[in-house]
Amino acid sequence: MSNVFIAFQANEESRPVVDAIMADNPEAQVVYSPGLVKIDCPNRLVVRRESIEEQIGRSFDLQQIHINLVTLSGNIDEDDDSFTLSWKH
Amino acid sequence: MDTRVKAKKLGLRERYAAMTRGLHWDTTYQPMDKVFPYDTYEGIKIHDWSKWEDPFRLTMDAYWKYQSEKEKKLYAVIDAFAQNNGQLGVTDARYINALKLFIQGVTPLEYYASRGFAHLGRHFRGDGVRVACQLQAVDELRHFQTETHAISNYNKFFNGMHNPSHWFDNMWYLSVPKSFFEDAYSAGPFEFLTAVSFSFEYVLTNLLFVPFMSGAAHNGDLSTVTFGFSAQSDESRHMTLGIESIKFMLEQDPDNVPIVQRWVDKWFWRGYRLLTLVAMMQDYMLPKRVMSWKEAWEMYAESSGEALFKDLARYGIRKPAGWDDACEGKNHISHQSWNAFYGFCGAAAFHTWAPSTSELDWLTQKYPESFKKYYRPRLEHYAAEEAAGRRYYNQGLPQLCQTCQIPMFFTEPGQPRWIAYRETEHEGETFHFCSDHCQTIFENEPDKFVQSWLPVHQIFQGNCFKPDANPADPAFNPASAVLDYYQLNQGQDNAEFKGSPDDQNFQRWGGGQDPQEAQL
Repeated sequence: MSNVFIAFQANEESRPVVDAIMADNPEAQVVYSPGLVKIDCPNRLVVRRESIEEQIGRSFDLQQIHINLVTLSGNIDEDDDSFTLSWKH
Repeated sequence: MDTRVKAKKLGLRERYAAMTRGLHWDTTYQPMDKVFPYDTYEGIKIHDWSKWEDPFRLTMDAYWKYQSEKEKKLYAVIDAFAQNNGQLGVTDARYINALKLFIQGVTPLEYYASRGFAHLGRHFRGDGVRVACQLQAVDELRHFQTETHAISNYNKFFNGMHNPSHWFDNMWYLSVPKSFFEDAYSAGPFEFLTAVSFSFEYVLTNLLFVPFMSGAAHNGDLSTVTFGFSAQSDESRHMTLGIESIKFMLEQDPDNVPIVQRWVDKWFWRGYRLLTLVAMMQDYMLPKRVMSWKEAWEMYAESSGEALFKDLARYGIRKPAGWDDACEGKNHISHQSWNAFYGFCGAAAFHTWAPSTSELDWLTQKYPESFKKYYRPRLEHYAAEEAAGRRYYNQGLPQLCQTCQIPMFFTEPGQPRWIAYRETEHEGETFHFCSDHCQTIFENEPDKFVQSWLPVHQIFQGNCFKPDANPADPAFNPASAVLDYYQLNQGQDNAEFKGSPDDQNFQRWGGGQDPQEAQL
């Protein structure tokens, strides 16, 4: 099993996204370095629109994550409700 | 009264289908092969272009919306940085030399990338990949512009940033990035995708934009970290194009596997050699450190690369041929290239220096296997020579590798005291290489690589002097005449950092953070 990761600019817009990811992915580990927040998770990581909306109390278009996204790894699957990174091995 | 029924909005998948597939048609006045003449000759077999899918499902309309938001954020920061004299808040003026290398050697590649992807965005017959390439062509142009704008503020105050286009086309060390990209975009469209989108963007680009940019933030350079992360937010999409294009080629036909493997072998190694410059920036040019090159390599290349190639194993793809040698090199390449540039910086448009004792201690701690034994004594020797008024400059011209064009300073894998030399004969001439992998790349495509424009050869052939240079004049100084041809301001742009105009100005302006803190 390998880790997938996703990283965002460390700012106020990313905070609820990071919080939602940490709530939805119990195995995820978060690492902060200057300007950057990186989340590693074994094999699979999911970003759920509803969880972000719960954090911010308003509607959220998942494609907005592009604005603060810095990097990621794994195979991507995205639709209106969720954004998933995974390895297939 | 009729109630207006609000039309249901299309979902992401439908919107993507409508905005990419819905815009494509097969030509009828002319055969498709004539309209798309370049996407078959490399031997890659595609049976069903509709199987290509962009997992981000980004369409042009959404693209413009999010890109404009990124730009607004970025330019607000760049403006604020300039208005507040942000250039004085960086840790120390040595750091600026990393930005010089960036504007000289990285920014021009963004423009090359834009040209390359514009070409692909026209010439693939598959609509999905064409749209993804078009978006990337616009991204790359944006990166070229935003990097130029962000660094232009520094250009008002520091040397070595005023002439990057001319330098990129002429300056010896910049032939490394230039020839890398010219190799890629003179290849066919599938090889270009494998080279740039997969091998460079997916496997290696994090090493350039993530730890280094985090380092920029740590060194008080708000402007650079913001353009870096703003560019990198597009990279996530580019990386995805890279992995999707590889999977697409491999799934379309088993005959594609050996072709793709050879490209992966070639371009992983080409990209790795190119990143030697970044390794040196990471270990030597960030006064406040975030992580070493070795740690960055382990985090972004080794662990994610292992995962990636495990995932691709089901298609019959193995790790690139140079993988183990590249991983071994993590202990050495930054130190070997800093050493080369320390000696040759008389002919470079940036400064180098002997690191301070605390910096040597940091490197010793980060590189327990190599630094103290092989590299520290040499740097201490340089510092002592300099203190005695004999700053060392290498006066010769180095032999270059025919493939990567880097001076031959890399050592044998596992033998860090022996410089690695390889050579091969082609049509009666001998060609020289830094490694097995650069040799193999040449031997697979000798007709391409015999044409390499090697700066040292060009100097010896007399092609790097201004038209009015007169070698018969007794006062003629060939080294100085070459720098003149490079349009390098001698005594300003080049040589030792300490005592340079940059150093003196920065001190006079009262720049820098607390020096105690900068030593951390």
